[in-house]
Amino acid sequence: MAFEYELPPPPTHDIHSDLGEGDWIRRSASSVPAPARQLTPVAKLIDVSKCIGCKACQAACVEWNDLHQEVGYNEGVYDNPSDLTPDMFTLMRFTEWENPETQNLEWLIRKDGCMHCADPGCLKACPAPGAIVQYSNGIVDFVHENCIGCGYCVKGCPFNIPRISKVTNKAYKCTLCSDRVAVGQGPACAKACPTHAIVFGTKEEMTKHAEGRIEDLKSRGYANAGLYDPPGVGGTHVMYVLHHADRPEIYAGLPKDPHISVLVELWKGASKYAGLAVIGGMALFGLVHHLVTGANKVTPEDERDAERLAGSAEP
Amino acid sequence: MTKAERATGTEPGDDVHPGSPVTVDRYTVAARINHWITAISLVLLALSGLALFHPSLFFLTALFGGGEATRAIHPWIGVVLFFSFLGLFLRFWKLNLWKRDDSTWLGRLRDVLTGHEERLPEVGKYNAGQKVVFWAMSILIVILILSGIVTWERYFADYFSVTQERIAVLAHAAAAVVIISVWIVHVYAAIWIRGTIGAMTRGQVTGGWAWRHHRKWLRQLVSGKSKAPTTGKTAAE
Repeated sequence: MAFEYELPPPPTHDIHSDLGEGDWIRRSASSVPAPARQLTPVAKLIDVSKCIGCKACQAACVEWNDLHQEVGYNEGVYDNPSDLTPDMFTLMRFTEWENPETQNLEWLIRKDGCMHCADPGCLKACPAPGAIVQYSNGIVDFVHENCIGCGYCVKGCPFNIPRISKVTNKAYKCTLCSDRVAVGQGPACAKACPTHAIVFGTKEEMTKHAEGRIEDLKSRGYANAGLYDPPGVGGTHVMYVLHHADRPEIYAGLPKDPHISVLVELWKGASKYAGLAVIGGMALFGLVHHLVTGANKVTPEDERDAERLAGSAEP
Repeated sequence: MTKAERATGTEPGDDVHPGSPVTVDRYTVAARINHWITAISLVLLALSGLALFHPSLFFLTALFGGGEATRAIHPWIGVVLFFSFLGLFLRFWKLNLWKRDDSTWLGRLRDVLTGHEERLPEVGKYNAGQKVVFWAMSILIVILILSGIVTWERYFADYFSVTQERIAVLAHAAAAVVIISVWIVHVYAAIWIRGTIGAMTRGQVTGGWAWRHHRKWLRQLVSGKSKAPTTGKTAAE
């Protein structure tokens, strides 16, 4: 059987990156000129209904990105490690869920990692120029040379994805294998997935592919099957096919309506200008006040009064 | 000076020296050192904080050796400021307690700003404006240190939820804007009221300055001095 979304074999010569600075549409704490071209938006589609929880994607990610996650402890759950780390950009999250309608136990296995939001909260929150960039194909990437390790991206992210390394003091997350995509390859996780639960292509193709999958799931009794491409963050470039799309939160807390927190909007939005205006206003008030009233000077009369007062204390 | 006399509104080290002009000791060496450690910390905090506050001010990180160094050093300066200000707080809190006269003084802010001090009640060691600055600084520094700890990625990220961190960064930024504004008021007042800065450089002001701006305090110093010999006690007691 030929798979429709099988990735091409890797090229053996003439490899050149097709993803450069000119493709940035956003750059943290700075602005970029409008890109000369618009790349085709890409997407990774994770079909949760097809996932067997083998963690091949996790292993592939570790290998490709040369990550060295410390050996941990078995905490009595399948999740291993128990959370994303600076050395684990993607993580299988296992949920044992009892369907109240059928009384059946269902394994909900979700591959967690960066969603590559069209409106990235991390990028909005980042104070370091150029530490986070967004390409016109939708990939949101961290540029570690520019990262200062403040953790603002963690606060900005609606999906709780970035992790700060205690070793390098830099932020890490899934890159959507931007280095592989730049040479016409798909992400390592998609390449490694034995059940084709993870597929990669243009966002349009992936949406279409998801429609077929959703139709299939509905025909098999999953009436609420659907695509997770949350509009609150402008859509994402990592999408899920969920059998219970009406309840994303049962999949290890996938947010139902993710959006950049109003606290972050306030912190990074109007308050910056209001804050600088208040400070500038105070300084201006001082300047104007001094020009109008002049210095408040002690007069010789004041000194004489003080001498009279102090002198009266003398015997 | 005895305990009872101090309670009338002066601090240890406050003293008046008759002469021409009269000079008045307002701050001890220790108080001044304490003040300047706090002042330098606050300025460094404002500069390093503003660098991360708005992208247009990111260039300020160059003063601290780059973005990473700024991120690393800013919270530590905050710790220095906190303990340094704690010293000032313990020194000065008592004479900054709010009195009825202070409300009257503040109610006549227009007279204050236009220099009509003759229309104001006589002022002790601190006027209502200074008291407002003192308490604003105290409250804001507590907000800043607490929210700063929640935001301190390197050491405390694991102890707080993302929501708590978001509230903290917002509170930290807002408190920072206010404290910088209060600092501007504080510095401007010291410049506008000529003769003030000597209090924090040499520890002394002139009698005329004390008479004009803190007459009640001057009277207390003079009367305290005149009483001292009659009770047979020395200032050291």
